[in-house]
Amino acid sequence: MNETVISVRNLTKCFGSFTAVNGISFDVHKGEIFGFLGANGAGKTTAMRMLCGLSYPTRGSGTVAGFDITREGEQIKRHIGYMSQRFSLYNDLTIWENMQLFAGIYGLTKKDTDERAKVLLERLDFFSERNTLVGSLPLGWKQKLAFAIATIHRPDVVFLDEPTGGVDPMTRRQFWELIYEAAESGTTIFVTTHYMDEAEYCSRVSIMVDGEVRALDTPTRLKEQFAAESMDEVFRTLARGAKREEQ
Amino acid sequence: MKHNFLSFVKKESLHILRDKRTMLVVMLIPVVLMVLFGFAISTEVNNINVAVVAPERTDGVKEAVDRLANNSNFTFKGYIGQERIDECLRTGKATAVVVFAADYDRLAMQATEGVPVKPIIQVILDASNVNMATSATAYLQSILLGAKAQQAMFETRMLFNPQMKSAYNFVPGIMGFIFILVCAMMTSVSIVREKESGTMEVLLVSPVRPVKIIFAKMIPYFTISCVVLVTILLLARYLLGVPMSGGVSGIFALSLVYLALSLSLGLLVSTIAGTQMAALLISAMVMMMPILMLSGLLFPIENLPKFFQVISNIVPARWYIDAMRKMMIQGLPIAAVWKECAILLGMTVSLLAVSLKKFNDKLE
Repeated sequence: MNETVISVRNLTKCFGSFTAVNGISFDVHKGEIFGFLGANGAGKTTAMRMLCGLSYPTRGSGTVAGFDITREGEQIKRHIGYMSQRFSLYNDLTIWENMQLFAGIYGLTKKDTDERAKVLLERLDFFSERNTLVGSLPLGWKQKLAFAIATIHRPDVVFLDEPTGGVDPMTRRQFWELIYEAAESGTTIFVTTHYMDEAEYCSRVSIMVDGEVRALDTPTRLKEQFAAESMDEVFRTLARGAKREEQ
Repeated sequence: MKHNFLSFVKKESLHILRDKRTMLVVMLIPVVLMVLFGFAISTEVNNINVAVVAPERTDGVKEAVDRLANNSNFTFKGYIGQERIDECLRTGKATAVVVFAADYDRLAMQATEGVPVKPIIQVILDASNVNMATSATAYLQSILLGAKAQQAMFETRMLFNPQMKSAYNFVPGIMGFIFILVCAMMTSVSIVREKESGTMEVLLVSPVRPVKIIFAKMIPYFTISCVVLVTILLLARYLLGVPMSGGVSGIFALSLVYLALSLSLGLLVSTIAGTQMAALLISAMVMMMPILMLSGLLFPIENLPKFFQVISNIVPARWYIDAMRKMMIQGLPIAAVWKECAILLGMTVSLLAVSLKKFNDKLE
């Protein structure tokens, strides 16, 4: 819990006169599961896009995996994995072909790719299904597969944008087991979610309201601080003061 | 990184190969169009049924009717009486009726001796199909008057396409149309599809440069277009007998430029359109319509109103089709169409520049 993987200072993004993200600062440590919470429209996605090198900050600075987010976006892209809230593998390719593609994108060698794909698929008990078209899989399977593929190049940080939306509770559990395993092996997890029970699983949680980080601590201490029974209550206490309307 | 580029090309090729229906359509459309325009749909006039009214079947009349009957465009349906003209045309037994005056031979004889009165042949036509009627009149005129040189009122010589085969004209047109369809429409739809499905987002977070994504997408479509190009040229040469005397290499070179242009157009559309539906609509309205109407594919540019003639200058297909006609039918070498080549090259470069710039801006 000492090595800092993500470090952000006073990060701000404006679109015209609208300030989507307003001067946020925080650190994320190696191997941590960092929950990034906030209502829709609070600025989570915008902040995450800046961290992934997809968008430039208007003001402020930050580093991800040791690279500067304003100047070294291309380097950052090599060291992170990303899973979007929409399912984003290719439905008309097989599981195996999808893995080969993304391994190829990150420059893995053929031998390395095959080994890595085999390990990941065996972990998921998918290896026998590797020639199935991804489009014919149930959503829960797809999401687990997408996570596996996001980590195929052993990234330092994995960004997960609402990875469990629309997934049944059973599969969500399994999904979180995968997240834990990845974190234990040293990968830092940066995850957004709307499920407050999932927030309880995180090492630390930040809650964004109106473009600002209003709370940041472990789930236990946040509950003490707000004298709340659950994270759900903490979240609602904070979100009640939001001025922005949900979009 | 060469490796990631190749995995992209492979992925795009798989997308196309898995989509059997689209594949089939792309490969079949050119063949179907070529056969349709080459044989079935033709502006030539064939098999016109002609009946003849001749009160006296003199030698002059017989000679004229023989020429008519021997012409492949006409089918001689026999002599009829004057009172049956209306009935024949109405029932469709004949499309044209030729009426010789009783004194046809005598006047024709006098005409050769310098008397200024010429014999009159009346032609009565069913003009419900205007195009057919016009062409039939012209044919009849040349056949019936053609024999006696001194009576010829006009002389027309058809160069390059002496039989006036319409298929000749359509081949370059079809090429101009098909390549826009395959390259521009299909690439734009395939880029926009990735935006729609969310996969584009994941690709953008990966270390692949956007330019690479785009070029990897273009390669398979470019390959397909080349296959289509070869198919069309083979069909044109051996099925339709288009001469292509200007040299196949020139035709190929210019076609490749046009392919590049179509791909750039597709890229531009993909930066404007947000959904596959929009991409299809833009392709259809902004690309297909002008090609059909303003490129000389269906209507000669000279026949368009002045305003549209000016607009047709910015339709790339116009220049391509024009140059292709010159090379494939008139048999000119590529050096003779340098102007069209230069215009197409210029258009390609500027389109590519604009769309790449737009594509990169869009990512921010």
